[in-house]
Amino acid sequence: MSRYFTEDHEWIDVDGDTATVGITEYAQSQLGDIVFVEVPDEGKVVSKGDDAAVVESVKAASDVYAPVSGTVIEGNEALADNPALVNEDPEGEGWFFKLTLADTSELDSLMNDSAYQDYVSKL
Amino acid sequence: MSQQIQDQPLGGDPEGGEGEIELHKLPLDQWHRNKGGRMVPFAGYEMPVQYEGIMAEHIWVREHAGLFDVSHMGQLTFTGEGVEAALEALMPADIQAAKFSHPVYSLLMAENGGILDDLMLTRIKEGEVYMVVNGACKWDDIAHFREFLPDEIGLNHMEDHALLALQGPEAAAALERVIPGVSALVFMQGAAFQWQGHDLWISRSGYTGEDGFEISVPVDGAEALADAITAQPEVKPIGLGARDSLRLEADLPLYGHDLDTETTPVAAALGFALKKRRREEGGFPGHARIMLERENGSILKRVGLIVEGRQPVREGGLVVDADGNEVGKVTSGGFAPTLQKPIAMAYVPAASAEPGTKITLAQRGKIHSAEVVKMPFVAHKYVRKGA
Repeated sequence: MSRYFTEDHEWIDVDGDTATVGITEYAQSQLGDIVFVEVPDEGKVVSKGDDAAVVESVKAASDVYAPVSGTVIEGNEALADNPALVNEDPEGEGWFFKLTLADTSELDSLMNDSAYQDYVSKL
Repeated sequence: MSQQIQDQPLGGDPEGGEGEIELHKLPLDQWHRNKGGRMVPFAGYEMPVQYEGIMAEHIWVREHAGLFDVSHMGQLTFTGEGVEAALEALMPADIQAAKFSHPVYSLLMAENGGILDDLMLTRIKEGEVYMVVNGACKWDDIAHFREFLPDEIGLNHMEDHALLALQGPEAAAALERVIPGVSALVFMQGAAFQWQGHDLWISRSGYTGEDGFEISVPVDGAEALADAITAQPEVKPIGLGARDSLRLEADLPLYGHDLDTETTPVAAALGFALKKRRREEGGFPGHARIMLERENGSILKRVGLIVEGRQPVREGGLVVDADGNEVGKVTSGGFAPTLQKPIAMAYVPAASAEPGTKITLAQRGKIHSAEVVKMPFVAHKYVRKGA
């Protein structure tokens, strides 16, 4: 399994043609206390860059973009009752949704872990 | 993730944004940074939005005590014979009858009955009034006062003073240890104090709904005083983020959001600021319209809403009728840490302003259900005289 990152502070775990998407530790620390998350429904088709989820902190609302194109196979239902999971474990239990990749070549433009850590250290 | 698609009032200030105007630094700027404050532009200043997190800071103030730096606000002194009547020509307060040392809430009025700013004023003695106005409005307010007050009235902008607020149920115990005697004050009473050679003006008042104090301190004593107060075990520094959620729960409107030049005191449910003698005698801008609205009601009314579900509906959300027509708007909204629910202030049609009325809101293409509730959302805990 490989993990990729976007400049918009999402992570993508890829296993075959299935990907799990969430927001990074850096993103949750910037957002602060998360009070609401809206994840996409199963079957939704998203193109890279589309709005795919909404995350709201005490302070503000933000969109989460689809980092790659595909068809949503599952949204993380646990976030409806416990959005703070995103603060507590953003790169694990606080995942947002899973999708079937439409085009694995889209992964080529994403960062790996060390490139992302380097990117964040310069912000 | 996108840019924040909707900012709270913290980013909503027209003079607070990053851009052409260089941001001012607070006297305690470095102090905030040393305490881990995350600095954001607000009201033309770099200000701490949070230290450890808005939710934790909010709850800390409701349970213990929090120190806020509100030095961006304008502190003004007006002096001269007849200053009381001169200021009355611009606002509906009964300043001539106001007791010395007792702060009074009032509104700087526009000719159309709209509100130019909301403020606190205190008669210090005959011919002297101390006033605190909003940071984002202070330059306009000063220009307004200079234009409309008689030349004999002196106006001093106390830029050499910081303003600190200590708020929360443990504020009195903590501050009494630093400045003995403060706990003898009651809600909406002020007095002069001395601390390490600095002249302070302290009033028992605030912007959170909790008991607490607002402390005017010369800039050269501000850091030492902030250190002395935060050294008390009950006290943590608190940022603007929690200040906003605390004041929202306490039904305290924020100028530029819940109040502006298009909202009248009647629509804003601030009738208590329209003093009896002034209503009868008039003599302040907007009097005719305000009396008409008092008689016939305003078209819209500011109310509190609890929003169903968990998603906040924030400033800019629309109030819609059954046909989807826009009939009002949300002026402040967010997730209430004390209630663990989304709440909002909104202007709704007067016929929909009664508690219990169901309201439909629209935000970013999505419909939300809400219910009008009596404000404040969280009961005030002021320490009143005789209590």
